[in-house]
Amino acid sequence: MNDVVRPVMQDAVAAAPTRVDGRDKVTGRARYAVEHPVEDVVWAWPVTSTVAKGRVTEIDASEANGTEGVIAVLTHANAPRLGETDDAELQLLQSDRVAYRGQVCALVVGETVESARAGADAVRVRYDEAEHDVVLDARHPAMFTPEKVNPGFPTDTSIGDPDTAFAVAAVQLDATYTTPTEHNHAMEPHATTASWGADGTLTLYDSNQGSTGVARVMADLFGLQVRAVHVISEHVGGGFGSKGTPRPNIVLAAMAAQAVGRPVRLALGRQHMFSLVGYRTPTIQRLRLGATTDGVLRSLVHDVWEQTSTLDDFAEQTAVISRMLYAAPARRTTHRLVRLDVPTPSWMRAPGEAPGSFALESAMDELAAACDLDPVELRVRNEPDVDPESGKPFSSRNLVACLREGARRFGWEQRDPTPGVRRDGRWLVGTGVASSTYPARTAPSQARMSIGSDGVVTVELNAVDIGTGSRTALTQIAAEAMDLPTDRVRLRIGDSTLPPAMIAGGSMGLTSWGSAIVKGARQLRELVGRRDGAIPEDGLEVTADTAEEVRAVSGYARHAFGAQFCEVRVDADTGEVRVPRLLGVFAVGRVINARTARSQLVGGMTMGLSMALHEEGVVDVQHGDNVNHDLAGYHIAAHADVADVDAMWLEEHDEHLNLVGAKGIGEIGIVGTAAAVANAVHHATGVRVRDLPIRVDRLLGRG
Amino acid sequence: MARMSLDLTVNGERRKVDVDTRTTVLDLLREQLGLTGSKKGCDHGQCGACTVLVAGRRVLGCLVLAVTLEGAEVTTVEGLADGDDLHPVQRAFLDADAFQCGYCTPGQLCSAVGMLREVGEGWPSVVTPPGATVSVSSLGPDEVRERMSGNLCRCGAYVNIVPAVLAARR
Ligand code: FES
Ligand code: FES
Repeated sequence: MNDVVRPVMQDAVAAAPTRVDGRDKVTGRARYAVEHPVEDVVWAWPVTSTVAKGRVTEIDASEANGTEGVIAVLTHANAPRLGETDDAELQLLQSDRVAYRGQVCALVVGETVESARAGADAVRVRYDEAEHDVVLDARHPAMFTPEKVNPGFPTDTSIGDPDTAFAVAAVQLDATYTTPTEHNHAMEPHATTASWGADGTLTLYDSNQGSTGVARVMADLFGLQVRAVHVISEHVGGGFGSKGTPRPNIVLAAMAAQAVGRPVRLALGRQHMFSLVGYRTPTIQRLRLGATTDGVLRSLVHDVWEQTSTLDDFAEQTAVISRMLYAAPARRTTHRLVRLDVPTPSWMRAPGEAPGSFALESAMDELAAACDLDPVELRVRNEPDVDPESGKPFSSRNLVACLREGARRFGWEQRDPTPGVRRDGRWLVGTGVASSTYPARTAPSQARMSIGSDGVVTVELNAVDIGTGSRTALTQIAAEAMDLPTDRVRLRIGDSTLPPAMIAGGSMGLTSWGSAIVKGARQLRELVGRRDGAIPEDGLEVTADTAEEVRAVSGYARHAFGAQFCEVRVDADTGEVRVPRLLGVFAVGRVINARTARSQLVGGMTMGLSMALHEEGVVDVQHGDNVNHDLAGYHIAAHADVADVDAMWLEEHDEHLNLVGAKGIGEIGIVGTAAAVANAVHHATGVRVRDLPIRVDRLLGRG
Repeated sequence: MARMSLDLTVNGERRKVDVDTRTTVLDLLREQLGLTGSKKGCDHGQCGACTVLVAGRRVLGCLVLAVTLEGAEVTTVEGLADGDDLHPVQRAFLDADAFQCGYCTPGQLCSAVGMLREVGEGWPSVVTPPGATVSVSSLGPDEVRERMSGNLCRCGAYVNIVPAVLAARR
């Protein structure tokens, strides 16, 4: 185990470089997917199904075709045929089948965005409607055991005899928690500008989290060589998982451009983003914790039920967090899935850990109360020596240090555990804690590095900056690895013709890209060294590939950890919940840029707060999909919802991770937040809310 | 389709444009004038990414038809800086890392500029105690949060935006 030295904060943040692309972003110069100037460009707008299941029997496009400015109406009858890929959601306009409400059934291309939308309004679609099934229920007769859970974890795991251990445990907690459908909603909608060259090449300005894979999929769909597809993603307005693979926008834009022989822009409307770009599945989670009277877990069972579509099986890895967070000699995790007439769920920030931690960390809070133990102390008592399922040692595990440091900074020690007894005027006040964790992984990436005779180093790899600050941090990593000031480094990212690299996802972007750069820098310096520092006129170049390092089996379990502390105030009359304080203390390996790292952690925690209190896709039982279809109906935390959210981290040196020594920080911030809020709400009010979000109606009349 | 021509000033420059009567200010700026700094987050008045200033007041570009702007003075994020000299709000956003992806940022910036002016003119907000007067110098974080709540940030940069706005008060 590696040593924790001291929390690093304010000074580090102040000393860290500001974003290299910051000036472009505050002046409006940064260009996103549909903002690059393109000659002769036209617009496309999708028409989506109004029924949840059935067949399209007729599409009457006569009025649309007669609408001024409309150039084409594509439907399953006339759209270009697509090649196969393993994402059925991308087989757009290929058949008359309707698998969910909000699925694309036509695409209108117009001279302007106004004419495309007017044309879309004029398209008449008739359906042969079938009865739909859109409600997730743990007892659904079609529940099945998926082959694996995202991205490749075993579906179920079991050690020992958890049922017997639970039955004989002195303290038993058996509770069911639910989380609703949640939507990513990056502020930049999924958007693409597509143009075909005379030579059959396809150029795409696209909003995604990594265009290496996007180019490959597009090549397969359109029957092209990968090198004939060029995807450019200079600036991306957020993704949170929903832009990790190509989504309908890019396919539709390319189809439309092919059909009309002109470049096409397509930016999905906000309403489209409720059905077309993935979302987090609702979950039903049953937790059974059996413990000794002094709070030591003897049995831990986490059973999960969730949904997918009839098109594709996506099984969120919700219970995976319960495989490694705490020790327990007997344990089991299961995932069951049902195919409903709904859009296919997909990645949303910390898939698995985000909803899973709500259940597990709420249950731990309930267990602490049942054992009459402080919730921090309960967690400390269940700290495992090794990864409980694999038996591997942790490369570093500083959960306890995070809990202790957080408790100290938050003022946890003075806490009276009695729920519902602190009142400040009309406000009931309470505090809560939860653990955070996320896997620390790395994926193969390549980087091309060259040095010119002027000593300037050029770094090229297909990384992308979706707001995480990677452009800044990678410049720093390259400068450090080359032992040069940052102004001697040129970084090129966001272009599929650059060396292939990992997506900005799974908290693996920086660790994967940074490792390729560090390796490349070593090779380049060696090359320069062999020539005694003499750099030829046309420079020197290397390409590093980390595939080998990454694939080497590690003897360690590698995870980031953290602890989140929350204070809530609940209006005793209205049930309104306010969060005056949220503090996260994390142990995430090496932090490259404290300024952007803090922003990312705080951003994740803010999304977690939003998950706790606001976000809920309400199932439309009658018509399918969600009732709430815009940002007024689906509230995400706004300025007034967010007060003091702060994140800090412990200095952590971990040599068993990757060449950067970092664990990745994009996701851990959202893990545990909702439980910390719910636990604080219980402390404030005495009401245990086991269903997210913590709505007013769930608090009132139950205290 | 009905079209109209109109004269307006954008970032200090007189522009004569011919617009589809359905065109919003946001689409006029982005698609016709090449000013893509103003962002389209929802096209529905619910996110604030399209916030621009008309005669110094905040408006949602996606909810205003271009044809209503005859003779108007429009300022977008591209017009905030004075050449290479950033506006104090832009500078403060950079220093405080008050953004991540940057997509909500132009709206936040224009909104902050307009909001500070509203405060300077003594406009109260929901959180202003009854009878109290507000001023730019006495503005606190709660007032900023309330007044900026029309500008969503999915990256969750709020806790950096509020101090940036406060730091930018001249
Ligand atoms: S784009 Fe205008 S408010 Fe969202
Ligand atoms: S910076 Fe990304 S939405 Fe605000």
